[in-house]
Amino acid sequence: MAELLQVSNLSVTFPGSSGRVTVVDDISFTMQAGEVLSLVGESGCGKSLTALAIMRLVPKPGRIETASRIRLEGQELMDLAVPDMRRVRGEQIAMIFQEPMSALNPVQAVGPQVVEALRLHERITSREARARVEELFERVGIPDPRKRFESYPHQLSGGLKQRVMIAMAVSMRPRLLIADEPTTALDVTVQAQIIELLRELQSTLGTSVLLITHDLGVVNELADRVLMMYAGRTIEAGLREQILSRPRHPYTHGLLRSIPARAARGQRLAEISGVVPSPEHWPSGCRFAPRCSERLEVCTKQVPESLELDATHSVCCHAVAASLAEGAP
Amino acid sequence: MVWLSNGAVVVVLALASLAGIAVRRNPLWHDAMRRLARRRPITLMALSVFGLIALLDSVCWVGGETGPGSGDAVAAYEARSLLDRWFEPESFRERSYSAPFAAEEFYGAAPLEHPGEHWLGTDVLGRDVFFLTLKGFRVALLIGGFTSLIVIPIALAFGIAAGYFGGRVDDAVFFLISTLASIPSLLLLIALIMVLGRGTTQVCIALGITSWVSLARLVRAETFRLRELDYVEAARALGVSEFQIILRHILPNLAHLVVITFVLLFSSMVLAETILAYLGVGVDGSWGQMIDRAKDEFSRDPVVWWNLSAASAALFALLLSVNLLGDALRDVLDPRTLREL
Ligand SMILES: Nc1ncnc2c1ncn2[C@@H]1O[C@H](COP(=O)(O)OP(=O)(O)OP(=O)(O)O)[C@@H](O)[C@H]1O
Ligand SMILES: [Mg+2]
Repeated sequence: MAELLQVSNLSVTFPGSSGRVTVVDDISFTMQAGEVLSLVGESGCGKSLTALAIMRLVPKPGRIETASRIRLEGQELMDLAVPDMRRVRGEQIAMIFQEPMSALNPVQAVGPQVVEALRLHERITSREARARVEELFERVGIPDPRKRFESYPHQLSGGLKQRVMIAMAVSMRPRLLIADEPTTALDVTVQAQIIELLRELQSTLGTSVLLITHDLGVVNELADRVLMMYAGRTIEAGLREQILSRPRHPYTHGLLRSIPARAARGQRLAEISGVVPSPEHWPSGCRFAPRCSERLEVCTKQVPESLELDATHSVCCHAVAASLAEGAP
Repeated sequence: MVWLSNGAVVVVLALASLAGIAVRRNPLWHDAMRRLARRRPITLMALSVFGLIALLDSVCWVGGETGPGSGDAVAAYEARSLLDRWFEPESFRERSYSAPFAAEEFYGAAPLEHPGEHWLGTDVLGRDVFFLTLKGFRVALLIGGFTSLIVIPIALAFGIAAGYFGGRVDDAVFFLISTLASIPSLLLLIALIMVLGRGTTQVCIALGITSWVSLARLVRAETFRLRELDYVEAARALGVSEFQIILRHILPNLAHLVVITFVLLFSSMVLAETILAYLGVGVDGSWGQMIDRAKDEFSRDPVVWWNLSAASAALFALLLSVNLLGDALRDVLDPRTLREL
């Protein structure tokens, strides 16, 4: 598989009360063409900002630090001029948002909104565009596309709105689709349908998907690989089976044990004590250390290095490193 | 003057029909207008009548009979509106005051030329007050409409620029707004009229310059809110340029605000002119001027009450209708009700 996206040393900062606060801290990862990579982590750990940074849409006064490198198919996005970057958005990278309720313009019918998205990047007549959009609507499972074309967002259910968003996002057949918690705002049965649709589109279009979620069920359904984030840093990365069945980082462990379906019947659900601190109060050393049950002395002092467990699985944890060192000699 | 007045009528009618078509095409607006008609039928009818009077007083041409007994050679070369031609003010007048429906002059009891025909009496020059009051509608609508036409583009430009781009632009606009807001507006108005000179256009421009601030503030705040919304973010993620985002996503979502403010501005402008007229710098033929002239009549004995009453009543009727309309518009155009419908 060819390398599609290469993110290296990505940092995003915001001005805080005492200097700039780093909310995404030196993140690196790669994505292969046609792959579904899932970005998992608690609320506020910087998942959305990572996604927005890839599109260079970090909201002001946030800033992507200059050392960050984002390569899409060999092209360095950080060096692109604004109009060129605008062409990349929508054409090569598209995004689906969490809130279908508010991601469509309330005073315009949904069909014309998708038409405009299409005509932004392609010179076609409005009649052709309309035909294409109706086709797209059909494709993403919107019943009666001709009638729905004229509907306003408030006339559609959340699931239908999300389908419209998906139609808009895939209209240009982007190489990379970023889905930021695409199912969080929907109810459970609709969630399953949207996941099914994403899977179907992903396999037929061959699009790579960067799937942001904190729902490990969704990860299990869709992801090829998983990137775990905690407090602005990546802490563990690996194939889906590796992360879901042989997690090494104590945080990943804890997260898996807190899922109801996985806990043994009658047993109390495990929880990770404490809450994620806000970016200004992130501790030095390992940021998970204050909540960690396997904390060593070194954890609060030194940032753990990334440790390659095998070709696909890596983890940043002093405890894992120590246990490996113990077992090695 | 003929061309200007008739041209304005054509432009107003054309804009009105364009707006009508646009509303018809857009289900959201169409529905809002239907609900408006259901909620305020009488207000809308009253406003239509007022508008019609103003139109009748705007369509004009030169020439034709000037009426018998006027003996006014100049009048033959003046543009006279449909309303003028209907009333024939050159002949339909007395030598002095007449009370409503009176048969003889108010002071002196000399017989009138048109006994019992002056419904609202005549003024000091013997002109029919009903006619003058009707002519005031055109002046009032002109002041309100023209001023709003000046205010809205200025307020939109500054408000959107400040709200959307923020930072330095916002600082600059806000400085301008604060400066304008801290000068007593009446003083500024009079100063501007001194500089620009008197006349309808000048007064409207002066009113416009002093009153865009409140709308600009509103637009700025709303734009500030809109630009953070998901659909603006989504548009950016699709590669839409900033200018297109303003055009397609910000402006249409400000439209309801603009319509409501237009209506409220309208009535405050008409009212402001009344105060200007009282200070002697108003627009010719306005109700404000009538009221200003009538203030001395009020101290006469016996009192000449019809001038003041007629102008005030007309002013009240127009402002009440416009404010009722504004109120109803606020209800039917509230974006929350728009969305839920
Ligand atoms: N505009 C902003 N100004 C200051 N800080 C911000 C801003 N946007 C985000 N942050 C900070 O960046 C951190 C990461 O935010 P981000 O939205 O990426 O989190 P997330 O992982 O997507 O969370 P969620 O699951 O709730 O969507 C947050 O803790 C927040 O405090
Ligand atoms: Mg998020």
